Amino acid sequence: MSKTITRFYFFLLIFSLGLPALAQFRVDVSGIGLNQLPIAVATFRGEGGAPQKIASIVQADLERSGQFRGVDATGVALDEGSRPDVAVWRQKGADSLATGSVVRLADGRYDVRFRLWDVVKGQDLGGQSYAVAQADLRLAAHRIADFIYEKLTGDKGAFSTRIAYVTKAGQRYQLWVADADGENAQSALASPEPIISPAWSPNGSQLAYVSFESRKPVVYTHDVVSGKRRLIANFRGSNSAPAWSPDGRTLAVTLSRDGGSQLYAIDAGGGEPRRLAQSSSIDTEPAYTPDGKSIYFVSDRGGAPQIYKMPSTGGNAERVTFTGSYNISPAISADGRWLAYISRVNGAFKLHVMELASGTVNAVTDTSADESPSFAPNSRLIVYATQQQGREALMTTTLDGKLKARLAGQNGNIREPDWGPFQKQ
Amino acid sequence: MKHLLLVFCAAVLMAGCGSAVKLDSVPVEDKSGTTISQDNAGGGQGSSVNKGGVTSVDVAKSAQQGAVPAGPRIIYFDFDSFVIKPEFQSVIEAHARFIVADKGRKVAIEGHTDERGGREYNLALGQKRAEAVRRALGLLGVVDSQVEAVSLAKKNQLRKVLMKMQWPRIAGPKLAIDSRCGN
Repeated sequence: MSKTITRFYFFLLIFSLGLPALAQFRVDVSGIGLNQLPIAVATFRGEGGAPQKIASIVQADLERSGQFRGVDATGVALDEGSRPDVAVWRQKGADSLATGSVVRLADGRYDVRFRLWDVVKGQDLGGQSYAVAQADLRLAAHRIADFIYEKLTGDKGAFSTRIAYVTKAGQRYQLWVADADGENAQSALASPEPIISPAWSPNGSQLAYVSFESRKPVVYTHDVVSGKRRLIANFRGSNSAPAWSPDGRTLAVTLSRDGGSQLYAIDAGGGEPRRLAQSSSIDTEPAYTPDGKSIYFVSDRGGAPQIYKMPSTGGNAERVTFTGSYNISPAISADGRWLAYISRVNGAFKLHVMELASGTVNAVTDTSADESPSFAPNSRLIVYATQQQGREALMTTTLDGKLKARLAGQNGNIREPDWGPFQKQ
Repeated sequence: MKHLLLVFCAAVLMAGCGSAVKLDSVPVEDKSGTTISQDNAGGGQGSSVNKGGVTSVDVAKSAQQGAVPAGPRIIYFDFDSFVIKPEFQSVIEAHARFIVADKGRKVAIEGHTDERGGREYNLALGQKRAEAVRRALGLLGVVDSQVEAVSLAKKNQLRKVLMKMQWPRIAGPKLAIDSRCGN
């Protein structure tokens, strides 16, 4: 009989493979910034006949970053070869203009080209072309947005990256991988029991997560291309909170095998865990600093959950958060400058951002059930889960909280986001 | 004979709610999940949330049914507390007697939390509660190898600890019994 049951769940896992993605997102941008760069993105010549509207994807990416304001460019027929009349665009209030084209090639692929203009100086800022399969047209658009973002802000764009998250529909939990704008979601795993804490490996090839499919928390790693999984921690008691070291060789995890929730390091290929610290309190939610030298984590050793920092090989912990009686879920930006975490304030769970050098803290949301913050790899946006109108939603916010975008459709429960690393080009 | 009967019960309950899965340790292995392809994904929406109400067991009544606790037992905790309240001592004692009576018996102790707070921190809180129950059983002579304290991450499960029988004499994966269908 037990075999039948095992097969039943195996069937559920397999069954999920054939299903189409169930979560497509729409991006609504809200908020204003004072220093947004005005940019016009003209409809790409030929994109009417292509399955993706390149110009609007580019513009939505740029606006979601909080650094750009879209200038109306409807009814304009330009492509990457046109020399635009800069006076016209200056009059429209644009500082820059992107033009381009989409051409279907004989082999079925698409040739996407674009050019960026500084219309204030009348200068050609360069362009690129991509020959891509139809399925990669969105990726090409995100790469164009990355190029424009980097050219005009000096920072690397993070639009052609991916996020992982978990949905719950009825009693069915699913782990998804989607583009950074929430589109193009693909199911990585389905289970009748919860999946929590997905974490991208530093090279973006694997996800670590906690699955309860065997009726207890167990840590797996999961190759997102092959779909192959590896059991990393299934020790006596609970196994949870996986965090990758920046070199991808080690996972920090929370285990209770020796009693209490304590931090351990374990090789990314599996093996015997090494205990990082001994405390009689709860220690959990480890997060490595980008240099790999330290681990931020949550501990209730002072009587209430607070964020602490210790050497990644173990050692003395120093307290990091001092305001409030409940601070959890630390995330460190890739540039090492910022700490995002959830703080309970008057019964509400709110996303906070701390500038580590100064210790200055800002609450950046007006919602009350924020969870699971994760930084974009360029350290400029945070994705987090929250509740809006009683439903779970994923949001992105700028670090100052001035501009937020909701990554959500009609479907209900979306949670546990983790923003992946830069992708190799 | 008794074991056979209980195995039968487990089968019925599992068919009813499908909430029991293997609990034994699994060796490191590779399993297949879903491939993330570059194909464009289709649109669509999932269904709405089923929050699922918590059905509690009438503990006092069940405890009077005799020395063999048949089915789940729930111990509730106060907010932010890991102390087993006096009214649950009889549940602990009944289970301790039952487990001690047969060294082959195994019990899974599952910790839960309410809906407030982060999932990982709540998981640790549930673990702390489950371990409080494990220690209470230990004081009454239950050896550690017969019990496993774990924590589950479903929200809206209240601050409770469940004790679930497992039957190691069944060939293959051990089973947990959970009669609280719909939780």
